[in-house]
Amino acid sequence: MTDPVAISQEAQRFVRAFEGAGAELIDTDVLQPAEVLLDLYGEDMRARAFVSSDPLRGEVMLRPDFTVPVVQMHLAGGASQARYTYQGKVFRQQADGSDRPAEYQQVGFELFNGDNPVDADAEVFALFDRLLTPMGLRAATGDIGILRAAVMGLETSENRRAALLRHLWRPRRFRALLERFSNPLPARAPVSMIDAPEIGLRSRAEVEARLAAQAEDACVAAISAGQAELVDIILGLKEEAPIVLSHLNDLVVDMPAIAPAVASFSARLDALSARGIDVETLAFEASYGRTALEYYDGFVFGFYAPDRPDLPPVATGGRYDALTRALGGSEAPRAVGGVIRPGLIVELGLAP
Amino acid sequence: MSLKLGVPSKGRLMDKTFDWFTRRGVDMRSSGDGREYVATSGIEGLELVLLSAGEIPRELGAGRIHIGVTGTDVVRDRLPSWDTQVAEIAPLGFGHAELLIAVPRFWVDVDTLHDLDAVAAAFRRTHGHRLRIATKYHRLVREFLRAQGVADYRLVDSQGATEGTVRNLTAEAIADITSTGETLRANHLKPLSDGVILKSQATLFKSRKASWDTDTRETLAVLLERVGLSG
Repeated sequence: MTDPVAISQEAQRFVRAFEGAGAELIDTDVLQPAEVLLDLYGEDMRARAFVSSDPLRGEVMLRPDFTVPVVQMHLAGGASQARYTYQGKVFRQQADGSDRPAEYQQVGFELFNGDNPVDADAEVFALFDRLLTPMGLRAATGDIGILRAAVMGLETSENRRAALLRHLWRPRRFRALLERFSNPLPARAPVSMIDAPEIGLRSRAEVEARLAAQAEDACVAAISAGQAELVDIILGLKEEAPIVLSHLNDLVVDMPAIAPAVASFSARLDALSARGIDVETLAFEASYGRTALEYYDGFVFGFYAPDRPDLPPVATGGRYDALTRALGGSEAPRAVGGVIRPGLIVELGLAP
Repeated sequence: MSLKLGVPSKGRLMDKTFDWFTRRGVDMRSSGDGREYVATSGIEGLELVLLSAGEIPRELGAGRIHIGVTGTDVVRDRLPSWDTQVAEIAPLGFGHAELLIAVPRFWVDVDTLHDLDAVAAAFRRTHGHRLRIATKYHRLVREFLRAQGVADYRLVDSQGATEGTVRNLTAEAIADITSTGETLRANHLKPLSDGVILKSQATLFKSRKASWDTDTRETLAVLLERVGLSG
């Protein structure tokens, strides 16, 4: 059993460091309404969170993370630019047979509406790097924005691009869809409206609309082998950041649609460099963060103990503009942030 | 110590269980007028414990009964890492059923999980909430849909009359146990062609968590010998 007092002290140390970086200390309720979290994250969240109920408040969850309540608080406050830090327990059901704790401390730092997103990404990463790299932890980075751009660059119908984007975070279904769209569709027996009664909320008009969409989709040309291969190449990129950048610059020739995403990746490396990060040795993995919560939609990062692959990452973070938009609409502020698990630092014997 | 055998306490599953054992020379009968939840067997040291079939997995997992008869579906749904808690002794050849996903029959555009996933995305855009699937098998359905990469749905709890939830507008699709499909048809539903989550049947399970001593081991050996399951 890791000493809870040592963990709290370590958490406090990070809070002070984040306050030193300009963050305001905030707190959130432990009991969160389940509805919002379920609507955002779906059933997977129910498998991960502890759900309870209250006769008046309905279904509630023990806080599975801070991000959603922090975004809600920021939106309600109406402030523009802000930096926050918080510290407290989160509660997660662990997989069957896992001996990882179901409740643990998190300390977080969130930055809303930085002057420019690339520089905000760099600010947050450099802050975590300054605290964690001296402990011997190693950083991993990725950029979901590049994957998004690659899918958006596919020469196919808008519907097919949307279907692929929706499953960016579910690698297996993404693969199945890409496969499906890269081959001529098997001929489908013509369906006629049978006289079964219309029951339920989904109306006959919705069924007809999808039949029409399917008929239209059947006429869409298959994604070319070359384009599908480009997506595969991008998904497989995993090297030091500058090497990945040079690969991506080559790929822009074949897929001009990724140019803006590659340009902001390049600008982020410059911004990181300006903040003292040695980008020459920075690990970059295009698929990094793909199986994490699906609201990370740009820069993503994590910090690991290199010799302990059995442990979860000590810190994770990234840009989650899609989450602030889901909660606050299209005018919502952009945001980037991350969390540290002080319990893991104590467990690893890295606390000073 | 006597060997505790959990058996279903009512309905067809109880009748079939009693039949199965009785035909194999283990006379099982409920006492009194059938309302009293006591039953006897013809084997010394074998104690029958009448339980709701849905509670038998929990009792096996807690080790309060040594062996029990229940469906593979409830064991897999109710017991996390079920095979660390119980072991299958033998399927009993009755109580066959499939846990499957079904949608309204007039959804002529939907045949597979791929279709269901696409419809879920469109449904959410149109109606502003996730497509609801009514079930009582939350764990099994969620794990199945996650493994298959289906998104934008949500499970709603239904402990009975699940086939009626679509008509009653409390769900758009269902995941339920069906043995013949008649109830589905009667409620204007059809199964997805690749939506079978689990095939289940009544099975004799052994608890890995119960305390097993010489007496209970011997009684189990006698019982299995008698019903033809030894060796």
